[in-house]
Amino acid sequence: MDLNLDWGVLLQESPTGDGPYWQLLWTGAKWTVATALTGWALALLVGSIVGVMRTLPYKPLAWLGDAYVEVVRNIPLLVQLFFWFFVWPELLPREIGLWYKQDMPYPEFITAALALGWFTAARVAEQVKSGILSLPRGQKNAALALGFTLPQTYRLVVLPQAFRIVIPPLTSEFMNIFKNSAAALAIGLTELTFQMKQMVEYSNEVIVSIAAVTTIYMVMAFAVNRGMAWLERKSRIPGMIGGGR
Amino acid sequence: MIDLQLVLDNRELLTEGMLYSLQLTAFATLGGIVLGCLLALARLSAFKPLSLLSAAYVNLFRSVPLVLVIFWFYFLIPYFGFQIGPDKSVFITFTLFEAAYFSEIIRAGIQSISRGQLAAAYALGLTYPQTMRYVILPQALRNMLPVMLTQTVVLFQDTSLVTIIGIKDFMGSTSVVASNNGAMTEMYTFAAIAYFCVCFPISMLLKRLHKRIAVIR
Repeated sequence: MDLNLDWGVLLQESPTGDGPYWQLLWTGAKWTVATALTGWALALLVGSIVGVMRTLPYKPLAWLGDAYVEVVRNIPLLVQLFFWFFVWPELLPREIGLWYKQDMPYPEFITAALALGWFTAARVAEQVKSGILSLPRGQKNAALALGFTLPQTYRLVVLPQAFRIVIPPLTSEFMNIFKNSAAALAIGLTELTFQMKQMVEYSNEVIVSIAAVTTIYMVMAFAVNRGMAWLERKSRIPGMIGGGR
Repeated sequence: MIDLQLVLDNRELLTEGMLYSLQLTAFATLGGIVLGCLLALARLSAFKPLSLLSAAYVNLFRSVPLVLVIFWFYFLIPYFGFQIGPDKSVFITFTLFEAAYFSEIIRAGIQSISRGQLAAAYALGLTYPQTMRYVILPQALRNMLPVMLTQTVVLFQDTSLVTIIGIKDFMGSTSVVASNNGAMTEMYTFAAIAYFCVCFPISMLLKRLHKRIAVIR
């Protein structure tokens, strides 16, 4: 079988008007990274709050945190993306909803980042909760016995340790948000997989397009992996088995 | 919020979609476990090239998005001259993709069995296939059952992604009804609630199973 690979196609002008094909992919990679990082910031913030909520001794708050996690984890990401894109603007007050649908800049990007953020937050919350629960009970009790208030106990004793414990499991969530961002092509975000689809359809170079995009994803995964391994080494808690696990 | 009349009017399309999603889930789970088992055994094999090959396969599939893999096969299968249509080819896609994840679960399960079991089986004169079949895998399977079932729920949710290449799975048929009737809000809310109603009870049951089948050592 003759494959006829033409790697030069990457330098050819694409008919989309975005410059040559390599630039098409480069734009896609930038959107993928931008969406993943924005979503991750939201996920860390919301996930930490929800994770802490679930360990608090106030039943309603803990229940609310649990409910959030269960709802998000039992609905597919694609459905959530469609929810934020099509349903959410209808639930907002009329004027804001109209603005969201018509005038908001980069609607696909913002919606995708929001959806991925809320989606990943549930997973982060799960890790933060188990990180907090994995600490010896004595830590919290000792802090309370010393007269710290509950907020002080969390801020000064529990969380600084818990956050260092959850870094290894968070690595895989961080990796997942990059991969999950590909689903956003369903709402029209021009991320990497979307650009691959365009390149295949316009240039007919199936193998070259697939190979190029797959390589970019693997480089991203590798970079995330190395970055998090570095962070993991820096944040080990001395005296714990495996330096922090 | 939900237009029940619209859902009832299109119940055949939606039921067919749900059946397709369930079939895809069942096929990919079974295929993925079989292939994953082979991959895990290859990974743990003492024969280096085999183990490296399996590791390469697993790492490749685990570092790229499922959506990308769906497109790989969507473009590659017709490119190599097989005209089987996307609604059949995703069965291959999902099996190959899930095999990578199942193999990691199975590998962890096998590695959770103490070395003494292996040594004892060999000392009793069992061959490698016998050791795996009668001693290691039955125990490993019990340990990894909850994680595997959780992975199946994740897989069921992931099958919704085939909507992207125009397949009428449950999500796909919901989309069709939504755009034909201009009822995005109602139908997507319905889809979210329907998926939740399927996945939530199973997740709850799995949580209880997880507690009951704790890792035995």
